[in-house]
Amino acid sequence: MNWDWNVVDDFMPRFWDGVLVTLQALAVGSLIAFALGLVWALAQRSARVWVRWPVVAVTEFIRNTPLLVQLFFLFYVVPNFGPSMSPLTTGIVGLGLHYSTYTAEVYRAGIDGVPAGQWEAATALSLSRGRTWRVVILPQAVRRVVPPLGNYVIAMLKDSPMIATIGAFDMLGEAQTFSNETFTTEALTVVGVAFIVIAYPASLLIRALERRLVR
Amino acid sequence: MMSSEFFTTWFLPGIWITVQVTVCAAALGAVIAFGTGLARGSRLWIVRFVAGAYFEVFRGMSALVLMFWMFFALPLFGWQLEPLWAGVSALGLTYGAYGSEIVRGSLAAVPAAQKEAGIALDFTRWQRLRLIELPQAWPEMMPPFNNLLIELLKGTALVSVITVADMTFAGNLLRLGTNETTPVYTLLLVLYFVLAFVITRGMRMLERRAKAGIGERPEKRGGVGTKSGGVGTKPGGVGARSGARGESLPAGPRSVGGGR
Amino acid sequence: MSAETDTAQTETARTDTAQTDTAQTETAQTLDAVADPPVDGSELIRFDQVTKRFGDNTVLDRLDFSVDSGKHVTLIGPSGSGKTTILRLLMTLATPDEGTIKVGGAYLTHEERGGKLVRAGEKHVREVRKNIGMVFQQFNLFPNMKVLRNITEAPVTVLGLSKDEAEERARELLELVGLREHVDKYPGQLSGGQQQRVAIARALAMRPRVLLLDEVTSALDPELVVGVLDVLRDIARSTDITMLCVTHEMNFARDISDQVLMFDSGRVIESGPPQKIFSDPEQERTREFLGAVL
Repeated sequence: MNWDWNVVDDFMPRFWDGVLVTLQALAVGSLIAFALGLVWALAQRSARVWVRWPVVAVTEFIRNTPLLVQLFFLFYVVPNFGPSMSPLTTGIVGLGLHYSTYTAEVYRAGIDGVPAGQWEAATALSLSRGRTWRVVILPQAVRRVVPPLGNYVIAMLKDSPMIATIGAFDMLGEAQTFSNETFTTEALTVVGVAFIVIAYPASLLIRALERRLVR
Repeated sequence: MMSSEFFTTWFLPGIWITVQVTVCAAALGAVIAFGTGLARGSRLWIVRFVAGAYFEVFRGMSALVLMFWMFFALPLFGWQLEPLWAGVSALGLTYGAYGSEIVRGSLAAVPAAQKEAGIALDFTRWQRLRLIELPQAWPEMMPPFNNLLIELLKGTALVSVITVADMTFAGNLLRLGTNETTPVYTLLLVLYFVLAFVITRGMRMLERRAKAGIGERPEKRGGVGTKSGGVGTKPGGVGARSGARGESLPAGPRSVGGGR
Repeated sequence: MSAETDTAQTETARTDTAQTDTAQTETAQTLDAVADPPVDGSELIRFDQVTKRFGDNTVLDRLDFSVDSGKHVTLIGPSGSGKTTILRLLMTLATPDEGTIKVGGAYLTHEERGGKLVRAGEKHVREVRKNIGMVFQQFNLFPNMKVLRNITEAPVTVLGLSKDEAEERARELLELVGLREHVDKYPGQLSGGQQQRVAIARALAMRPRVLLLDEVTSALDPELVVGVLDVLRDIARSTDITMLCVTHEMNFARDISDQVLMFDSGRVIESGPPQKIFSDPEQERTREFLGAVL
């Protein structure tokens, strides 16, 4: 075994660059996933079949196919028809789109988890539909939704290195190029440890949040 | 378009490799899931601690990074793995960790009264586990295991990155060779979807059997897709506190508050 | 709390109702918080040939019945006989498959347009529905709102009361149900019986002309039932609100009802004053049922 701390030292500046890119992808990707997921969830509740059905089909398809291949699709196929995006942008869009199909399920379950009696009580009090959503249903759904959404952010963090395969310089992308240039592997180990170091406290945080919110 | 020659020399074997990786990683994952899941309920704190530490480390780990590490870094520690086995091990180790949470959760969800009845009948710990707890927890594990298996299938695409010639690898080769990207990646996505569908059908059948085995009728589930057991269990979605289904949301009736 | 300003009204209320024990005197003090509907004995609710099916199961079969304003009517009968469905239809939580329902002379689920009867729009339904309040078996308080807000939310946003007005009314009603000190708690911090009393206050805060009570004590522990029934007895005795009540508490039904309707298989098989129904029912089926539950 040959471990060289000097290699680690050399890698450090690029490591931090990679961390920054990873966190950036994670933040923007999460926002896309949260917003788009809500759109899916609401569309899936639509009374109109021609809205509901295609959305269900598309989200099922995205959820049941690999993110990696979706990234290739976005990066190599989509420019044939539409916009051509940088590797990082493609990666962010891919992460957000893929995870929006998961967050949609979280929202759906969160809304369905509000007991039927709450809707009935709102009707009995003649509360308007908008008011019912705003002050009765959503506040109760939020506390069910936040912990699982947090878990998906962590899951997204762990999937984020896939964007390196289309050439983005996230943590893994930096480690890969560094390793190739220097014929070393310490960088990979550093990145591996970094994932655990980031993910573990984050999951502790979510657990604490869950205990607080879900009673 | 794709030449048929290419299809038979790369794509078909690629599908076969994907299936092999899925099956092998699932087998390894299942062993780890049950081993770790049971160990996390052990009476000895040291066993619980080791199993818990394993779970925490591997659920925090990115499967792709682990795979890279096993492929590139592990040989330097004097352990050379075939790319295929590096991929299978990385997948099995990560998804096994998620699976252990399912095993632990479903065992914990067996009513305490059942365990007490076992104690009252003077069963040993192992007898209780084998005769009472596992048979009852088993059907509960099916839907989350199905979700996990589909996540695993999707995860197998990663092996292409460490040069294993699976479907995705074949697709990438074809892109380099022909530039026909649209049909290639579309076909690839559809193939994965079909495999996921097959897995779901198979798991539903297993679940029906398992439920019939303890005299329960299977729940009816709507939908043609592969969604089962509520929220899709993306590994990260396996909440720490989560129950047997690996989800932290109580599933409500779908009809609630739709229109009206 | 504006206890001081209430004194004048309180005095008049006290002389109006000759009540002896203190609990009931307190009730009398807060009478003005409860509805003040016109009581002219006219017909308030009318079911006309109403049929309701759930799949193949016909729950209500061409049902006709009416309730006069100010009356307290109890629906009794075996489970699954359609009693709760009647309340749910009135609350527009379900819609009839056939037939019409009128409340206060207006169609509930239909409206007249160009001389023809058509399905009512959302606006019309909400307008007619304001006359009706409901208390549920499972309370259905909003867990994310404190007790006070549970009661004031609808008066403020639906009836357009000012916040102060609504809160004053809410406090009076909480007094009425004996929970004044719990205004600032969340429903989860209250016992089942207390939650149900808050739910009663919440329904009354809308000043409905009709109060629907759907097995309001069925989800309560036995020792909590009494408190809830006492509150309802007070309301029945001291207000003119029309009550439509589904219950298995036969003593309570006997106490408060002007009229008892015996249901079986989606139809009213017998009706009359409680004395008559409970002591000398005409139908064999009623006798059987009462024999089983009394």
